[in-house]
Amino acid sequence: MKSKVATNPSSYRLAVTSRVLAAVFGGYLLAALSSVCMTLLLPMPRADAVVSGMMTSFLFYLVAVLWCFACRTAWQAWLGLLLPALGLAAISAWAHGMNLS
Amino acid sequence: MKEGFRQSMAWLHTWAGLVFGWLLLAIFLTGTLAYFKDEISHWMQPEVPSRSVSNETSLILAQSYLQQHAQGASRWFINLPDAREPGLSVMWQFPGKPGERGAFTQKLLDPATGAELQARDTRGGEFFYRFHFQLQMPHPWGRWLSTAAAMLMFVALISGIITHKKIFKDFFTFRPRKGQRSWLDGHNAVGVLVLPFHLMITYSSLVIFMSMVMPASILATYGNDTRAYFNEVFPASKTAPAAGKPAHLVQLEPLLEQAREQWPGGRVGRITVNNPGDANASVNVMRHGGDQVVRDFGNVVTFDGVSGKLLQVSPPQSTALAINGSFYGLHMGLFAGPLLRWLYFICGLAATAMIGTGLVIWLGKRQLKHAKSGVTPFELRLVEVLNIASMSGLVLAVAAFFWANRLLPVSLAERADWEVNSFFIVWGLSLLHAALRRGRKAWVEQLGLAALMLASVPLLDALTMPDVLDGFLVHGDWVRAGFDLTCLAAGLFLAWGAWKMSRPVAQPAVAARSRRAALETEVN
Repeated sequence: MKSKVATNPSSYRLAVTSRVLAAVFGGYLLAALSSVCMTLLLPMPRADAVVSGMMTSFLFYLVAVLWCFACRTAWQAWLGLLLPALGLAAISAWAHGMNLS
Repeated sequence: MKEGFRQSMAWLHTWAGLVFGWLLLAIFLTGTLAYFKDEISHWMQPEVPSRSVSNETSLILAQSYLQQHAQGASRWFINLPDAREPGLSVMWQFPGKPGERGAFTQKLLDPATGAELQARDTRGGEFFYRFHFQLQMPHPWGRWLSTAAAMLMFVALISGIITHKKIFKDFFTFRPRKGQRSWLDGHNAVGVLVLPFHLMITYSSLVIFMSMVMPASILATYGNDTRAYFNEVFPASKTAPAAGKPAHLVQLEPLLEQAREQWPGGRVGRITVNNPGDANASVNVMRHGGDQVVRDFGNVVTFDGVSGKLLQVSPPQSTALAINGSFYGLHMGLFAGPLLRWLYFICGLAATAMIGTGLVIWLGKRQLKHAKSGVTPFELRLVEVLNIASMSGLVLAVAAFFWANRLLPVSLAERADWEVNSFFIVWGLSLLHAALRRGRKAWVEQLGLAALMLASVPLLDALTMPDVLDGFLVHGDWVRAGFDLTCLAAGLFLAWGAWKMSRPVAQPAVAARSRRAALETEVN
């Protein structure tokens, strides 16, 4: 990749910027949603469930960041983060509804 | 990023490592020094005598001191001295206005006499400890920035492992005196050798601040009542309000034995008294943080502050909280004895060296391309200046901090702040110096000066504190001697580094071309 640095067109820079943004913000969103999802699903006292969810969230963040730079295009990076995030959000909403009822 | 998984991970490793490398280097070096923060504080406050006094004696003295000097306080905090922290530290808090925290006052007492110690005003090792996660920034920005740096470190570590797939085969290949190749071999060796430490220290730093940086699940479960979460995780923070009726406070020292009965082989770390002198007084006796690997903040025995009756023993931690506590305990290493503490220190230095060699490799590889033309592009020059200031400049700043401790007059106003200022002033000057001098010269001059300043620390200690020989030959104060000798060793090491840097590199012209080609395929 660095071999292109000398001649990189602006579209390449834009794609890298897009991936960085996806990794930082998309990755954080995914990690935060994963912690909420785990907290709501784990059969534990609530403080334990919250701590377990938060402790594991950084693994999700890591995988999200690696994904953003390993996939083929910047669009794929965003898609690969936002689809699982939507899934986690749906599961969280469902689990939240179950806890209330 | 079509080149495949490993190449893209190598790209990520290279750039994640560069962008936060300088900050991470400072965090790791100061964090490594913080493993010896009590020992550093001891050297920087030589007026505090190291005496072994029983906890009971210290506590009687602390109680009588607080009863005289802390009238009307809502809380007392007593930190008992131990082998690493020789001073008896007392602190009290006055009731604040509603919605505000009351002001704290802290004093250091002689554990054998109970008199206020007139020790020089200094932040001591606490400065390095605080800097390594607060970065001298206003709350909470430093903590956020250092946690973000930790996440980048985690990404750089894992992508580095993926890039460097032949971990064990390459580990046994070290090619000294081969310029760029040696740096890479060294980077890989310190990376792989203490990899468990790197992973532990990085992940645990994320866990320590997780309720600040990743609070979504707290908000989802507790709503706006985040205080309830902290009360459940740290159960010791609940206290009954003052009744307003005066009552005589119980004698504290018999409570120590009762508390220790709850923890076989355990030590007492801190005692807090809530509403002393009130009918609703309570006494919390907390276990010493270094007793166990797993940190348990709620490990408390609570007594009635008037009758002395045992009210409550905290229940054991749940598994999830114990895992959380073990991340905390492993990171801080409070449980470590002298040998393990040195191992922590060496691992921390290895992590610092890994970051430093990484930065050197990044630059060296790119400088090779411009070696022929002799013109260094601005961005490479910038990286070079930042490399010099973040490595030799930081070591120089640490040395200046120690020198300021001995050279600033004891009576100087805001003396502790001036010690910290000298650290940052020297660090800033090193940046300026690196910008003005050519690369190699700047390295040699800064390393040489740092070597001189660190190696002469024992001399400085002997001249400014004339009892130094008496200190460890008669009283056996090996902590101070150990500090002096460690500075001497560090100074000699830096002198060796400066000497290596001052010699011109042999660049065999014939081999240069093929070596460069090989490098470009091997180094990322």
